[in-house]
Amino acid sequence: MIQLNINGQDQAVDVEPEMPLLWVLRDGLGMTGTKFGCGIAQCGACTVHINGQPVRSCSYPVSAAVGQKIVTIEGLSTDTTHPIQQAWLNLDVPQCGYCQSGQIMAASALLAKIPKPTDKDIDEAMTNICRCGTYQRIRAAIHHAAETGKGIGSVIHYLADGVDTKTVDSELISNA
Amino acid sequence: MTTITKSDSEQSLPQSGAVAGAAAVKLSRRSFVVGTAAAAGGGLSLGFHVPALAQNAQAAIMQEVNAWVVIKADESCIIRVVRAEMGQGTHTGLAQLVAEELDCDWAKVSVQQMTAGQNLARNRVWKNMATGGSRGIRESNEYVRQGGAAAKIMLVQAAANQLGVPANELTVTKGIIQHAATARQLSYGQVADQAAKLPAPDVKSIKLKNPREWRLAGQPLKRLDTALKVNGRLKYAVDVKLPGMVYAAIKACPVFGGKLVSFDDSTVKNMRGVKAVLKVDDNAVAVVADNWWRAKQALNELPIVWNEGESGKVSSDTIRANIEEGLTSTQNVFADTNTGDADAAIAGAYKKIEATYITPFVSHACMEPMNCTALITEDKAEVWVPSQNAEASLSELAKSTGLDEKKCEVYNMSLGTGFGRRGGFQDYVRQAALVGKQMLGTPVKLLWTREEDITHDFYRPIGHCKMSAGLDKNGNLVGMHIRVSGHSINAYAAPHNIVNGKDRRQLQGFWPEPHDAQFGYTIPNLKIEYAMRNSHVPVGPWRGVNTNQNGLYSECFMEEVVHASGRDSLEFRRALLKDHPKHLGVLNAVAEKAGWGKPTAPGRHRGLAQFMGYGSYTAAVAEVSVKGGEVTIHKLVLATNCGHAVNQRMIAAQVEGSVAYALDTLQSEITIKDGRVEQGNFDTYPIARLRQMPHIETVIAPTFDFWGGVGEPTICVVAPAILNAIFKARGKPIRTVPLKHSGLKIV
Repeated sequence: MIQLNINGQDQAVDVEPEMPLLWVLRDGLGMTGTKFGCGIAQCGACTVHINGQPVRSCSYPVSAAVGQKIVTIEGLSTDTTHPIQQAWLNLDVPQCGYCQSGQIMAASALLAKIPKPTDKDIDEAMTNICRCGTYQRIRAAIHHAAETGKGIGSVIHYLADGVDTKTVDSELISNA
Repeated sequence: MTTITKSDSEQSLPQSGAVAGAAAVKLSRRSFVVGTAAAAGGGLSLGFHVPALAQNAQAAIMQEVNAWVVIKADESCIIRVVRAEMGQGTHTGLAQLVAEELDCDWAKVSVQQMTAGQNLARNRVWKNMATGGSRGIRESNEYVRQGGAAAKIMLVQAAANQLGVPANELTVTKGIIQHAATARQLSYGQVADQAAKLPAPDVKSIKLKNPREWRLAGQPLKRLDTALKVNGRLKYAVDVKLPGMVYAAIKACPVFGGKLVSFDDSTVKNMRGVKAVLKVDDNAVAVVADNWWRAKQALNELPIVWNEGESGKVSSDTIRANIEEGLTSTQNVFADTNTGDADAAIAGAYKKIEATYITPFVSHACMEPMNCTALITEDKAEVWVPSQNAEASLSELAKSTGLDEKKCEVYNMSLGTGFGRRGGFQDYVRQAALVGKQMLGTPVKLLWTREEDITHDFYRPIGHCKMSAGLDKNGNLVGMHIRVSGHSINAYAAPHNIVNGKDRRQLQGFWPEPHDAQFGYTIPNLKIEYAMRNSHVPVGPWRGVNTNQNGLYSECFMEEVVHASGRDSLEFRRALLKDHPKHLGVLNAVAEKAGWGKPTAPGRHRGLAQFMGYGSYTAAVAEVSVKGGEVTIHKLVLATNCGHAVNQRMIAAQVEGSVAYALDTLQSEITIKDGRVEQGNFDTYPIARLRQMPHIETVIAPTFDFWGGVGEPTICVVAPAILNAIFKARGKPIRTVPLKHSGLKIV
């Protein structure tokens, strides 16, 4: 049996030591918030925290997680109150949502390390793939959660009958 | 009235004995009801309510005002939808349209996805379930609004009966029906039971609201389905877990059209967790295990013998040679537009411009890999699947199992993207059904690897386009000839759509007729032709079908013509668009918001494009800089006129997403060697990353006189606007994508 600590709870699993953590979580423990996207640590849909560091669980053997503190999207907060989750809600970041568990785990790890990230910090940390292309809102939401006062996000010119009603995300945030 | 949640919890899977769960989990002010699945938390067993059996479906869903609207005693309002939600926001948009006419309290609205079996059992009361071609809202807006309006009429009449007053003396605000004269009021929840018993009003008597007076629709409301997407609790099909479920990994012949000869399961059948090694059909093998990773590991070890056939000799070079022949051939080619005498006009022109553009095969690479969970018994077949067309899934399921459609059911879950991959082609449903048939009574979750997904896609067709144009002494365009040569989607997927050998679909965006994908330029001598040149590679719709390639051809070549004329890109296009005010409208809007004509920051260059597809008009201005081989895309301003704008914020999300999707076409391609795809995963098929994204501004310019699409139309102007900006920066055009062929990369 392999002993794991997941979201603060000790769990014993009877699996091969080389089985990637992702499949222990998903098929073994039914924790399906962590997603499969590529299997080769390219897309980041499977991102979890190991001792606070973002790790791509599809390529992380479960034996390496023994004795470490594993946090998954299910354990990031019990009530969706993590500042990153709240920012994601406020800015309506997700489209299909499939990659967002991984995006949120990557972003929350970034903020834990760098509380006030720059755009460059975000560029370097947020390498997860989003096929819907929610990247602009992801960037804005990270700035929003970090309260950097930066990050533009969506800019919408609504031109009806020649009148431009312009909205930008910062205004939506302040009204949220 | 029995509530949905209660009726759900009374249902269970008869065969599997699955425990039914509550349909809605209150996680936020709004719950998002998934018609088939309880959105339970991680680690909990997932229950499914089953209005599944077609014969039971009617009884299970009768507690309603009408097919579109259920109002419960607690005032919650459930709006039914059948189009697929794959991230584009259609569920929220459709709910806004129904709620607008219903005049309910938006805070109490949730959405319920109905199943293909339910739709079949009720004679398609919800009509078309197919979600593609950016038709989700534009095709169904009228009947869903009528559904909301009809429910309101019934609710008001029920209140009138109860209060003993004429219906026309009642007003409704947020689900509260008021009789001002006697200061009495009733809520929708109080009269829903009685309303449900009233006859439905004649649809012809229903007058829909003027969209200019909308209060809910037309507003930038938040999506209804976000809460479960930020805490990992939304269950996609890939997350389904049924009691006793096993997992299947699959491998099809790497060469398209190749056949399975044999496999030797002696080495893998005793591997841990392996339950079965199965021939799926004459083209694929599956390993079934108690865990998907174990199934995949065993499949990797399985010796398989394929017969690759003649297609094993095909390469990108042979495909390209065939397509190049089509650029000048007089065989198997037709002119869709032939105005004036383009050949003579160009031949006699003062200045002649000629170029050939090349766009490659590209892959959908849906974020959620192809998957389907099947539970097949002797007399019933059920699948849980991400499908853009649940009715096509149902049809495939019936065909693959040999069961009547009435004995089949499709639970269509939220899709981890679709992009056209999961609509007409139901290969994963067929495979899951064929595996499930061999494991009667045991639920099987079939999941593809990413490599299987990239190598067994239905790719965006490869194409070349040869164009020539003539300018007179004053720089006026006197003639243009456009010849598209390449793969046909219809030839592969829908041959019945090819009439007299003419496949007009490959010319989307070049069509002369208005309303859907009209070529906006008026050119006195114009010839537009298509030469079909197919190979063995499967092709299919890819978000922004055909308009992406045609938009690139048209707008990049037009920029070469502009360059030759010595005029301004905007002014040149404006003059040619004078007969098409809507095309011109978005071009003007985008030019103004992007500051076209004003100086850029040092080293930056702008590029322009306009095109039409999916019933909407789009235009873009890109701002880029190029240093050595590195392209930085700083900014994109994108304008769209989709007629009516149901939710500005969701439209902006689609526009922003279109930029990322288009970037892939500038840096990725699928190539063929020995009959098979050379790429396999995101290491060899790069996808746009956050750091590559420009800042995006969306200009929504509705004219309130038509219904256009949103999910797809913008993509076709993104790549040409960027390429035209790079042209300005480098002084020479890029005629072949991806950019690596020009020694460039997006940083």
